Amino acid sequence: MSHRALPGFGLCLGCSSAYLGLVVLVPLAALLAKSAGMDWAGFWGTVTQPRVLAAYRLSFLASLAAAGVNAVFGFLTAWVLVRYDFPGRRLLDAAVDIPFALPTAVSGIALTALCAPGGWLGGLAGRLGVRLAFTPLGVVAALTFISLPFVVRALQPALRGLDPEQEEAALTLGATRWQSFARVVLPALLPAHLSGITLAFARALGEYGSVVFISGNMPMRTEIAPLLIAVKLEQFDVAGAAAVAAVMMAAAFVLLAAANFLQLRSLHGRA
Amino acid sequence: MSIDVRHVSKTFNGFAALRDVSLRVAAGELVALLGPSGCGKTTLLRVIAGLEAPDPGGSVGFGGALAEARRIGFVFQHYALFRHMTVFENVAFGLRVRRGPRRLDEAQIREKVSALLRLVQLEMLARHHPHQLSGGQRQRVALARALAVEPKALLLDEPFGALDARVRQELRRWLRRLHEELRITSIFVTHDQEEALELAERIVVLNQGRVEQEGSPAEVFHRPASEFVMNFVGSVNLFHGRLVQGRPVFETAPGAPATRFCSRPHELEIETRRDGGSSLPARVVRVFDAGAHVKMELRGREGQAWHVELNPERYRELGLRSGQEVWVRPRRFRVFPAGDGSFPREPI
Repeated sequence: MSHRALPGFGLCLGCSSAYLGLVVLVPLAALLAKSAGMDWAGFWGTVTQPRVLAAYRLSFLASLAAAGVNAVFGFLTAWVLVRYDFPGRRLLDAAVDIPFALPTAVSGIALTALCAPGGWLGGLAGRLGVRLAFTPLGVVAALTFISLPFVVRALQPALRGLDPEQEEAALTLGATRWQSFARVVLPALLPAHLSGITLAFARALGEYGSVVFISGNMPMRTEIAPLLIAVKLEQFDVAGAAAVAAVMMAAAFVLLAAANFLQLRSLHGRA
Repeated sequence: MSIDVRHVSKTFNGFAALRDVSLRVAAGELVALLGPSGCGKTTLLRVIAGLEAPDPGGSVGFGGALAEARRIGFVFQHYALFRHMTVFENVAFGLRVRRGPRRLDEAQIREKVSALLRLVQLEMLARHHPHQLSGGQRQRVALARALAVEPKALLLDEPFGALDARVRQELRRWLRRLHEELRITSIFVTHDQEEALELAERIVVLNQGRVEQEGSPAEVFHRPASEFVMNFVGSVNLFHGRLVQGRPVFETAPGAPATRFCSRPHELEIETRRDGGSSLPARVVRVFDAGAHVKMELRGREGQAWHVELNPERYRELGLRSGQEVWVRPRRFRVFPAGDGSFPREPI
C-alpha cells in the first residue's frame, strides 16, 4: 500500500461525501420536495407568470452581459497583473478581491450612491442621457462588479503557468504577435477562462444583496429572480418561491454541465 | 547561410552575460557553443535567433541568403511544444501562420508535415498530444516543427539536456546523420563536453561571457588555450612547482608562488618506488576497475586530489590496491600563463 498523508481512502471518501450531502444535496432535495407539494399545473402556472418570466429574463440576460464584460476586462486585468511589473501591482492585485470580500449589502449601497442621478457616475451618465440607477443597465453594472474576481482569479494561475517559450517558439516559426496570441496563448488559457466565466455567471445569477438597491425592484422591469423568491416568501407563498427557485436551480445545473463539457473538450483538443 | 556575430555584448540589469563576442559560422557548418551554466551560451544563441537584442555596438549578420529567406529555426531546451495541439498541428504551425504568396493549401501542408514526421520517425504519433510523448519523441517533434519552415539556420538550446544518457547517445548520432543529409547551418548549445566533442565540427568554448577558444574538437581537446578550457573539456590534475631548465620541480612546501602544471588523467605515470626528483608521494584512495581504463583516485600529502587513468595491463603489473602508497609523475603537462583563463577552483 502507498503511504499518503491522510489515512484510509474509505474513511476520507465517507467523510467528504457525507459532508457534501449534508451541505449541498440535502438543501437541494428539500427545495425540490417543497415545490413538489404543488401539482404540475400549479407549478407551471407559477413559473410562467409574466412577472416571473420577466424576472428570469432579466436575471439571465444581465448575468450573461456581466460575465461577457468580465470575460474581456477580467482577462485584461489578469494579463496586466501577471505579465507586467509596475509600482502598485500588489495593491491592484489585492483590490481585485474587494467585490468578493465586501458584504453584498455594502457594495449595493456603494453602487447605488455612485450610480444614482446625484452620484458621480450617475450624474456623468445622466448628462449623456443614460440612466443607471433603477434600470436593467444598473443591474448589469452591479453584477459586473461582483463577478469580476472570478474571472481574474481563475486566469491568474493559468497565465503564470504559461511558458513564455511557447510564444517565442511561435514567433520563431514566423507567426505575427497577433497569431501567436490567438493560436497559442488564448487556446492554452481557454479552459481556465471558461471556468472563470462560468463561475462569474453562476455568481451573478444568484446575486441578491448588491442588486436590490440599485435596481429599484420594479416588477416586469428591474426585478431579478432571486428577489422574486424573497418577495414570494414574504407573502408566505413558500411553494411558489420553491417553484421559482427550482427552475433557477435546473438552469444552473444545465449551465454547469455545459461549461464542464466545453472545458473538457478544450482540454483534450478537438480530436 | 553563414552567420556573422560582430562584437556582441549583452547586459541584464548590470550583469554582463556576453562581453564583446565575435564569431563566424560558415554555411552548412555544425558548431557547438560549450561552457558552464551562466557562461552566456544560451544568451548568445537567443541573440542570434533575434529573441534578444544585443547591446548597442554589436550586430548579427547573415550572408548568402536573400533577406526574405533568412529564416532561423530554434529548438528550445524544454521543447516549448504547443500543448493544446497534436503532434501534426505542432509541426504544421509554421506553415499555417504563413501569409502571402508562399501560403500553402491544406493538401500541401498535409504532404509536407507527413514527410517531416517520417524524417523524425514519428508518423505513427501524428494524432497524439505532446503530453503523451516521451522526452526523446518531444525533442524530435520540436525539431520537425523547426524544420517545417525550411530554416536557413538551425539553433538548438541544450538539445539533449533533459534526456537520459542512452536516449541522448542515440539522438546525438541521429542528429549528426540528419545534419550530414540536410547540411543546414547549425549551432547548438551544450554544457556537456562529450556531446560537443562527438557531435560538432567546430567548438566555441565560452567562459563568463567571453570566447575562450575556438577550434576543431581535436584542437580544443589536445591544445587547450587556457587552464579553463583544459579543465572544461576533460579532467585535469594540478601540480604546483617550478620549471627548472624545462623540467618540473615540485616543491612539497606550499606558500611560495608556484607554477601550475596541468596533466590529463592518462598523462600521469604511477610508480611503486621513488624515481628521481620529479615524483610526488600519494596514496591510492579508490580504484574503479570497470571500463576500458582503470580509473584511480589518489590523494597527495597536502590533500591534493589526483585522478589517474591506467591501461589494465599496467594496473595489474603494478599490483595496486586502495590504501597503497605510490609515487606520481606527470609524463606530459601544460603550463598556462596566469590570468583570467585559470579555472577558479581545484580540479574535480
